[in-house]
Amino acid sequence: MQRSLNIDPGKCTGCRQCEMACSYENEKVFNPSKSRIRVFTFDAEARFVPYTCTQCAEAWCMRACPVDAIRINLGTGAKEIHNDVCVGCKVCTIACPFGTVNYNADTGKVMKCDLCEGDPACAKACPTAAITYVDANWTGLDKMRMWAAKTDSAMTAN
Amino acid sequence: MHYVVLGAGPAGVVAAETLRTADRAGTITLVGGEPEPPYSRMAIPYFLTGKIPAEGTHLRKAPGYYDTLGIGFRQGTAEGLDTDAKRIAFADGSHLHYDRLLIATGARPVRPPIAGLERKAVHHCWTLEDARNIVTLAEPGSHVVLMGAGFIGCIVLEALAMRGVNLTVVEMGDRMVPRMMNPTAGTMIRKWCETKGVRVLTSTRIKSLQSVAAEKSRGIFGFLRRKEAPRDSDTIDVELDTGEMLAAHLVVVCAGVKPNTDFLEGSGIRTDGGILVDRYMRTSANDVYAAGDVARGYDFSTKGHDVHAIQPTASEHGRIAALNMAGHNVQYNGSLQMNVLDTLGLISSSFGLWDGVEGGEAVEVVDHDAYRYLCLQFKDDVLVGGTAIGMTQHIGCLRGLIQAGTRLGPWKERLRRDPMRIMDAYVAHSQMA
Ligand SMILES: Cc1cc2nc3c(=O)[nH]c(=O)nc-3n(C[C@H](O)[C@H](O)[C@H](O)COP(=O)(O)OP(=O)(O)OC[C@H]3O[C@@H](n4cnc5c(N)ncnc54)[C@H](O)[C@@H]3O)c2cc1C
Ligand code: SF4
Ligand code: SF4
Repeated sequence: MQRSLNIDPGKCTGCRQCEMACSYENEKVFNPSKSRIRVFTFDAEARFVPYTCTQCAEAWCMRACPVDAIRINLGTGAKEIHNDVCVGCKVCTIACPFGTVNYNADTGKVMKCDLCEGDPACAKACPTAAITYVDANWTGLDKMRMWAAKTDSAMTAN
Repeated sequence: MHYVVLGAGPAGVVAAETLRTADRAGTITLVGGEPEPPYSRMAIPYFLTGKIPAEGTHLRKAPGYYDTLGIGFRQGTAEGLDTDAKRIAFADGSHLHYDRLLIATGARPVRPPIAGLERKAVHHCWTLEDARNIVTLAEPGSHVVLMGAGFIGCIVLEALAMRGVNLTVVEMGDRMVPRMMNPTAGTMIRKWCETKGVRVLTSTRIKSLQSVAAEKSRGIFGFLRRKEAPRDSDTIDVELDTGEMLAAHLVVVCAGVKPNTDFLEGSGIRTDGGILVDRYMRTSANDVYAAGDVARGYDFSTKGHDVHAIQPTASEHGRIAALNMAGHNVQYNGSLQMNVLDTLGLISSSFGLWDGVEGGEAVEVVDHDAYRYLCLQFKDDVLVGGTAIGMTQHIGCLRGLIQAGTRLGPWKERLRRDPMRIMDAYVAHSQMA
C-alpha cells in the first residue's frame, strides 16, 4: 500500500522543524530555504500552512522534462529528480501548477519532495503530528486533489 | 490497428507512449527525420556547454526502451501524404500505410534573405547536427555573432557565452525576447547580459555576410568601420545596418522557425502557419491528427488556435492526440504559453497573457539594482498572465492560478499592495479555502 504525506494545517504551530529536517536530510545543511517543504505564514489569520508536492497523478513536472530526469519511484510512488540526468532547464518549475519544484542555483538543478525513500524526515520531525505519513487512501489530501482536478489543463473527458 | 507517428521529438514520443498505454494491441511505428535516436532539442544548449554528452539529449534513456514498449522506431523523411490511400511517401522511395496518423514533424529554422548566409561557418542551432558544428567552431575567445535574441536566441546566447566565446548578439527588435518579455523585463535582461560581457545590439539588422579576405579591398575605410580587429581565425565579415563590420569565426542564426508542412502539399490537409487542428487534435483529413510545433493547437488564454513552439505544449498535444487516436474522446482544454529562461544566471519566466488584456489591470514591482521584477496581469480578480525575473521559488503557482481561473477575492487587493505575495495567495486559496 502506497502512503502519502498528510498535512493538517490546523495542527501546525509554525515551529519549522519540518523545514530544518528536510534541508538537513537532503542537503546536509540547516537552511529552511533549501527545504522542499515550506511553512507559509498568514499573520492576519495567525495560521501556518506546511506545503509541499503531493506526488500528483498528473505529474506535470515529469511530463514536461525534456531529458527523462524525473521518474516514478515504484516503491513509494514519488516523482523523483535524478540529479545525474537533470540539465537544470527549469521547465518543470513552471510546469508544476502547485509551485512545488524549485530551482537550486547552488547545484544548477531542481529540488522537489521525494518522500525520503518512504521515510519522510519532515513527518518524523513534526512535534504536533501536523505532518503524518499515512496510507494514501484515507488521507486528507482530497482538498489538494480537488484543486488538482480544477487545474487540469489537459482535458475534459466526454 | 496501425498507428504511425511521424516525427520523433517530444510530441511524437509522448504520443507513441500514450498510444501504447491506451491500446495494448495496436501496432505503433514512430518515424524520426534525423539520423539520431529520439531526442529533445531543448537539451541542445546543455550539450553545447558540455554539461551532457549527445546521449544526454535523448528523450528516453533506458536501453531498448522503444522495443520493450513494442514501438517500432525507424528513420525516414516524409515527402508526400495521400490521405485517401492512407499512405506516406518517403524520400528514399519507400511507402508506409497507416490506419491512424499523427503528424508531429515540428518546425525548422528560417533563413532570412540576407546575402552570404549560405557561407560556411554559418549555422542554425536547431538540430544535434547543428550543435556538433557549433561545438567545433565556438572555441574560447573566438568571435561569434548571434543573429536574433528571441527566446531560442537567448538560450543559445547563454550556451555560447558559457563556452567562453567573444559574443555579439544582433537583434532587430527594440529589446531582447520581445515576444516573451515586456520592455521593462527585456531591458533588464539586456543590462544583465552586458554586465556579463556580451555585446547586445538591438534595433540592428545584419545586412550581409562577406568574406574577411575582402577586407583588403576596402582599405582604410574598411578599417574605420570596425570596433575590434579581426583575428586570424575569423573568416566572415558581418555587415550591420549601422555601417559597422564585425569579424567572426562563427555566425549562429536564430531568426525564427516555420512548421514542417511542405510534404503536406496536395494532401488536402488544411494549414495556415501550422496545421489546423480542432480541440481533439484532428486535422481536416480523416484519421490524421497533428501535435507539437507543427500544429496550431487550442490556446487556453486566448481561446484561439496558435503555434506555441514550446516543449510542455508539445508533450501535452502528443498525449491528447494519442488518446483520441486510440478512441477515447478527450477534449483539450488548451495549453498555456509559458517560458523560463536563464541568461547567464538571471532567471526569467513568463506565463499566459503576460502583456495583459483589454480592460484588465497590471500590478508590478521592479528593483533594477537587484535585477528583480514581477508583473501580474489580472482580468477582474483572476490572474491571466505574469512575468518574473530573479524569482525561482514556487514560480509554477502562476500557472496554477491562471489555469484554475482562481477568483482571488480579497487577495487581489493584497497583491496590489505587494505582488510578491502571490504564492501566499495561492496557498491561501488551495489549502485554507
Ligand atoms: C536550442 C533550443 C532550445 C530550446 N529551449 C526550449 C526551452 O527552454 N523551453 C521550451 O519549452 N522549448 C524549448 N525549445 C523548443 C522545443 O524544443 C520545441 O518546442 C519542441 O522540440 C517541439 O517538439 P515537437 O515534437 O513538436 O517537434 P520537434 O522536437 O522539432 O521534433 C520534430 C520531429 O519530426 C521530424 N521530422 C521533421 N520533418 C520530418 C519529415 N518530413 N519526415 C519525417 N520526420 C520529420 C524531426 O526529425 C523530429 O524528429 C528549444 C528549441 C531549441 C532548438
Ligand atoms: S512537483 Fe508538482 S507536478 Fe510534480 S508531482 Fe509534485 S505536485 Fe505534481
Ligand atoms: S530542470 Fe531537470 S528535472 Fe526539471 S525539467 Fe529540466 S532537466 Fe528535467
